[in-house]
Amino acid sequence: MNNPARNPQLNADGELQHLLTLDGLPKNILNQILDTAEPFTEVAEREIKKLPLLRGKSVFNLFFENSTRTRTTFEIAAKRLSADVINLNVATSSTNKGETLLDTVDNLCAMQADMFVVRHATSGAPYLIAQHLQATGRHHIHVVNAGDGRHAHPTQGLLDMYTIRHYKRDFTNLTVAIVGDVLHSRVARSEIAALTTLGVPEVRVIAPKTLLPSDIERMGVRVFHDMKEGLRGVDVVMMLRLQNERMQGALLPSSQEYYKIFGLTEEKLAVAKPDAIVLHPGPMNRGVEIDSAVADGKSAVILPQVTFGIAVRMAVMSMLAGS
Amino acid sequence: MEQLDANLLARHLVDLIRPTLTPDTALVGIHTGGVWLAQYLHRELGITQPLGTIDVAFYRDDYGSRGLHGKPQRSDIPFDVEGRSIILVDDVLYTGRTTRAALNELFDYGRPARIDLAVLVDRGERELPIGARYCAHTLSHPLPAGSSLALSQDEAGLFSLRLLHE
Amino acid sequence: MNIHIKNGRVIDPANRTDKVQDVFIAGEAIAALGSAPAGFVAERTIDAAGLVVVPGLIDLAARLREPGFEYRATLESEMHAAMAGGVTSLACPPDTEPVLDEPGLVEMLCFRAKNLNCAHVYPVGALTVGLKGERITEMAELVEAGCVAFSQANNPLKDTQVLLRAMQYAATFGFRVWLQPIDPYLGKGGVAHDGEVASRMGLTGIPVETETVALATHLQLARTTGAKLHVTRVSSAAGLAMIERARAEGLDVTCDVAIHHLHLCDIDIGYFDPLCHLVPPLRSQRDREALRAGLASGAINAVCSDHTPVDDDSKLAPFGEAEAGATGLELLLPLTLKWAEEMKVPLIDAIGRITSDAASIMGIKRGGHLSPGARADVCIFDPRTERLLSRDSLRSQGKNTPFLGLPVTGQVRHTIVEGRVMYEANAR
Repeated sequence: MNNPARNPQLNADGELQHLLTLDGLPKNILNQILDTAEPFTEVAEREIKKLPLLRGKSVFNLFFENSTRTRTTFEIAAKRLSADVINLNVATSSTNKGETLLDTVDNLCAMQADMFVVRHATSGAPYLIAQHLQATGRHHIHVVNAGDGRHAHPTQGLLDMYTIRHYKRDFTNLTVAIVGDVLHSRVARSEIAALTTLGVPEVRVIAPKTLLPSDIERMGVRVFHDMKEGLRGVDVVMMLRLQNERMQGALLPSSQEYYKIFGLTEEKLAVAKPDAIVLHPGPMNRGVEIDSAVADGKSAVILPQVTFGIAVRMAVMSMLAGS
Repeated sequence: MEQLDANLLARHLVDLIRPTLTPDTALVGIHTGGVWLAQYLHRELGITQPLGTIDVAFYRDDYGSRGLHGKPQRSDIPFDVEGRSIILVDDVLYTGRTTRAALNELFDYGRPARIDLAVLVDRGERELPIGARYCAHTLSHPLPAGSSLALSQDEAGLFSLRLLHE
Repeated sequence: MNIHIKNGRVIDPANRTDKVQDVFIAGEAIAALGSAPAGFVAERTIDAAGLVVVPGLIDLAARLREPGFEYRATLESEMHAAMAGGVTSLACPPDTEPVLDEPGLVEMLCFRAKNLNCAHVYPVGALTVGLKGERITEMAELVEAGCVAFSQANNPLKDTQVLLRAMQYAATFGFRVWLQPIDPYLGKGGVAHDGEVASRMGLTGIPVETETVALATHLQLARTTGAKLHVTRVSSAAGLAMIERARAEGLDVTCDVAIHHLHLCDIDIGYFDPLCHLVPPLRSQRDREALRAGLASGAINAVCSDHTPVDDDSKLAPFGEAEAGATGLELLLPLTLKWAEEMKVPLIDAIGRITSDAASIMGIKRGGHLSPGARADVCIFDPRTERLLSRDSLRSQGKNTPFLGLPVTGQVRHTIVEGRVMYEANAR
């Protein structure tokens, strides 16, 4: 049995060794990441958008699930830290020939990898890698979870928190609503974990029952099935993507009905606070979960999220590589 | 260690810089003590270019062993570095590594015409070939091993130099 | 051989005896208890002072991985594991490769097992051909070849018409039907109990209804057909309650629980530990409490190891992709003792759950008890000495247990099968 007392993300000194999830990440480390990201936002405004922190280090983007967006932002972040970046779209390469996940990792370690940014379709995959690195004594190699199954997407959660902090400053007097397919969303789970750790007094989820996981209240959220009720007086609206596959699993009848009841329109947003902000992890399905008027409107902070995302990833990588 | 009056030294530094100051010179203070000092100098010298501040956390040469520590601040260079005369300001000059990091960072903003270093106190024990053009005081003896000297500022804006033993 | 077991604490649940006395074995059978039979000359004397002497353990489910999965384990390695675990009789599920649906395959398995001269192997035959749920198997022939019951292992029968007919056919002959309650659609693709833990961890859930909905069908059909139903590996409080209600209404139904589900629940998955990926899944704490209490009260008739050796590579994968199952033959005794101590269950009843009660479920008459004339299958163990469970101490080829590194008591010192000492702890 794993020793449950030892959080695999932290090393013996309590520093961040890997970033695997925001669930159970101590509040001080969460804040440290957000604080560290702040100065990194300025780098993007310079002529030379590079810092020497990861010079000579090799960052391997190990993507078992396709994602050009996320991979690109990690690549930009790593390059701005002067790291060498190698992209591995494993979906099409050796694992299809039967090589196990850990064999792939071992091969890359033999190529002097310093950091793995891993995206995988199965929950828990980055833990297996982190445990393997620990078991084989490779304490200088770090893992960043870029999304595993439905479990976690910690850098997305962090950049969402950074965005909220940027516009709202104080977490302890906010009402936040997460709208959409929470059941399948690793982004939602990371957001809920971070919001509760940072002391947000009211976290709401708004979704039909078919798109909510069992016992979700135990994660510290209030459940709503009605948008008007759920959005009333909120300061932050966090939208989730609705994937087309949901219509096939008998989870939803159609995207039209979903949009009618749960799509974010200006009318529905009107019951939130006048200065409420709207976040979306992207890519957006206009006319499904969000109306174009809202996506392009004054409440949306979707583009700043992207900019902050690079700074947050730079902060995470710097903290890991320096530990 | 000699008793040092930081405010007197700061005044002295102003007098050292003033004769050679040019109209377009910009000041850049190094966080944290260097920023307070630079703010003072900026005011007293009547410098027209807006004040620049840099945090060298991301350029330190001990990142590999110490990692990121403390809370790095945003660097802010609100003027064009290209072709500029810059005076880099720090409170204490010691090994020279902080200055080297600051130079590396400044050069990522552009190619200045010249950079001079202004410090309140030079405590000697240099490990790199770095020198301050403007220096208010040089210690006659090295400080005890493991001690650090830094500038602090109270609410009234008065400076003092604090010696800390690790 | 003539064996004299001296001064052991003899616990025989079938005869309700628990006292320090001698046991005399002559040839393949138990000759007498207490005083030696006339003219008895011991060829071997075992000093069992301070040890417990019980009937050889009977395990309702142990996968021997033959035929078909020899890279995971072989008959040889698993039989040795059985001996080291004190298990002298075991039933093996039909999900081998090929499936145990042909008399020839069953005969071969029994032949192989007999030649190894270790534990008695009682194959459980497939209820349908290939376990596909379409055609029923030649049950009468299979029983003749050695099968003691029929099951679908973990492959749910989709066509309820076929299930009804299969149970009817079995009932014609009074054959036993052992069914794992798994609904074919609910919980499909799931890897962990559907609850707070799975939700947090983003693991696809297997709701409790997977068990209860299937169980409702099985209990109803058992009532209608009169088939002798045994429910395998109950995993939930709700499922157990349904079985108890059915019994109260007069249905003759038995059930068992897997040893791991008495000790672990979904929280023990921890940081995605693949060793806790089991079928049925480890459910909630409340389910675990109900199973522990159920076995104590006898609502659950027996506990088995559900021994499923898995090679290391198959467990070195992300939780959901790791092969399910845990090795258990050598853990059945220590983990049963641990449960008994924690639940304050008298040792005689605890031993009953892995001997006489299991024997009656399987229909074994000559084993599971120490009466004179019974088959001399005996397990002698040390109830007190604590040791750490390590990979090296396991004889099974499967080292996949969540209990590695934990202290256990209940070390088997001698295992005797049909009057032959097949295992001794010191001789290694």
